[in-house]
Amino acid sequence: MPATGFPGAVTDRPDAPAPDAPAGAAPLVDLTAGSPGRELVPLPRPASPPPDPGPPADPARRSDVDRWGRSERLRALTRRLYDPLYRYWFRVEWDGFEHLPREGGALIVANHAGAIPSDAPAIMHGIETQLGRPVYGLAEYLFRTMPVVGTLWSRVGGVPAHPDNAYRLLHDEQQLVLVFPEGTKGTGKHYSERYRLRRFGRGGFVEIAMRAGVPVVPLAVVGAEESMPIVFKSNRLAKLLNIPYFPVTANMLAFGPAGLVTYFPAKFRIRVLPPVHFDVPPNQERYSRSRVMDEAERIRRMVQDALYDMLRARRSIWFG
Amino acid sequence: MRVLVTGLSTYWAGRVAQALEQRPEVEVVVGVDTRDPSLPLERTEFVRADSSYSILSRIVCAARIDTVVHSHLVVDSTQTSGRRLHEINVIGTMNLLAAAGAAGSPVRRVVLKSSALVYGSNSRDPAFFREEMTRTSPPRTAVERSLLEVEGFLRDFAEDNPHVTVTLLRFANVLGDDIETPISKALRRPVVPEILGFDPRVQFVHEDDVVGALVHAATDDVPGIYNVAGDGCQPWSEVCAIVRKRRVPLPPVLTDLAVEPLRLLRVLDLPPETLLFLRYGRVVDNSRYKRAGFVYRYTSAGAVESFAQGLRLAGTIGDKHPAYRYQREVEDFFRHSPAVVRDR
Repeated sequence: MPATGFPGAVTDRPDAPAPDAPAGAAPLVDLTAGSPGRELVPLPRPASPPPDPGPPADPARRSDVDRWGRSERLRALTRRLYDPLYRYWFRVEWDGFEHLPREGGALIVANHAGAIPSDAPAIMHGIETQLGRPVYGLAEYLFRTMPVVGTLWSRVGGVPAHPDNAYRLLHDEQQLVLVFPEGTKGTGKHYSERYRLRRFGRGGFVEIAMRAGVPVVPLAVVGAEESMPIVFKSNRLAKLLNIPYFPVTANMLAFGPAGLVTYFPAKFRIRVLPPVHFDVPPNQERYSRSRVMDEAERIRRMVQDALYDMLRARRSIWFG
Repeated sequence: MRVLVTGLSTYWAGRVAQALEQRPEVEVVVGVDTRDPSLPLERTEFVRADSSYSILSRIVCAARIDTVVHSHLVVDSTQTSGRRLHEINVIGTMNLLAAAGAAGSPVRRVVLKSSALVYGSNSRDPAFFREEMTRTSPPRTAVERSLLEVEGFLRDFAEDNPHVTVTLLRFANVLGDDIETPISKALRRPVVPEILGFDPRVQFVHEDDVVGALVHAATDDVPGIYNVAGDGCQPWSEVCAIVRKRRVPLPPVLTDLAVEPLRLLRVLDLPPETLLFLRYGRVVDNSRYKRAGFVYRYTSAGAVESFAQGLRLAGTIGDKHPAYRYQREVEDFFRHSPAVVRDR
């Protein structure tokens, strides 16, 4: 119910960028140089770490937590801790990295896998270290209700997946936003269903990108499925605990309780597909439902085809 | 301009009346309440009256009131019982709006001081509430329900009276030296409560900005709904760091039960809406009121810092007890006695 029924009320949307929106950071390396054809090449090390955000603008502030709850300092610490895992455990390799925009907002859309998803940290880490731009990851509200986990998740760049949050980040702040349209349907699927994409939500991600006037950059991730495969699911326990799914993973069978936090060292390959631009005016009240569904399905198809293509080329789960 | 201010004994109404008195374009300020004013006033006329409809409509007509500032809404549920809260918020507003909307009423502008409490605090909330958004969970507490009801009355009033400029201001949590809220009381304690594992984004507005925002709405034409909150937001831990207080965790489960002994021992009264605020926080988008011409003096963190400053100096500077006491005869003498020489 809109609550602005007063005569003569100011009801305009905030179209101007927010005054305290951080500017996009400078690109660091030329990734297109020396990447012959479709071959996968390990990325060169960045010349320098992402720039320090500097002191906060408000002199009364005491911490560097931004208005989304993200702390750049904690994010940098996480990157430092996660880097060995990224490099030596998952040995993440990117393909088509040049498709990621160096400036301006973009909605990054990827397939989702692993009982406790291992793809989101890998994608965020890769883009932040190589491109020097922050990535905000949209995720379930469920995180917010968890003590400690919810706070940490928010400090390292997580944002609840509310349409208005996505619009603000993409349109007002021109940031990179990562979303998994499959949601928990992707991460909660049985191992036998691996790399078969679920429904891409209700196409809401396309509508937000249209409204914000930014492209969608599809990503296909291979490896996350094998890093924590689900061998058994208990619906009853999930209902009892009020969580989307209760998985029994191969990791738990192999390592016991430690399997909750131990991933198998599957080789990660991430392919960035060409950005999808929508030829529609931004900031519309509503977009054609059929157009939104068509675009969402087209993007889903793109990611699915890329996954099949990458799986065909893959020789080993562990060595790629 | 002839202004009626409700609940003159309250801090907000007193401050607004003080500010309006300074304005040359304001001819008359009339204040209504059942209790004596608590702040010294120069030319405001005080009428001791309850908020029944007949008295209000007579005052409005007799004083040719054109602007009503309704600041007398209870937003802190620890202040009164549920029944009195309902009487003041719902019945009081109903009577006031009925008087302002009566046939032949001279009222042309109504300003209502509501609270961002109407948005609630929930895990499914957007990061920034805009004015047209509604809360994501049904209201659970009496104060939230009554505020929603009051806003509904005002919406109907605006629809029925298109010739009246209606402004609804929703204020974020207020901080200041002189105002007591559950949050400010918590911050005045030697240690400050937090909910274990939660560090929500919170936002404050300084008491001077609250008064400024109400006066801006009373003296300028700003129809519509507006959020009023300082720029930016910060985690609760940072708020505690600014006021230099150590935090003590409350359990994240059964929090309501855990604070019950604190309430019974009168250590700290944290109502359910404040506990939800400490869990999920609440941040509103304040840009619309800025576009309507209001200039804030404090950011959200600035309001906290100013509060911390006051807290630090409270032990040494200023009076512990209010110096002013309302005396009818004295006030009447200065306002109406022929012996007093008036310059104006």
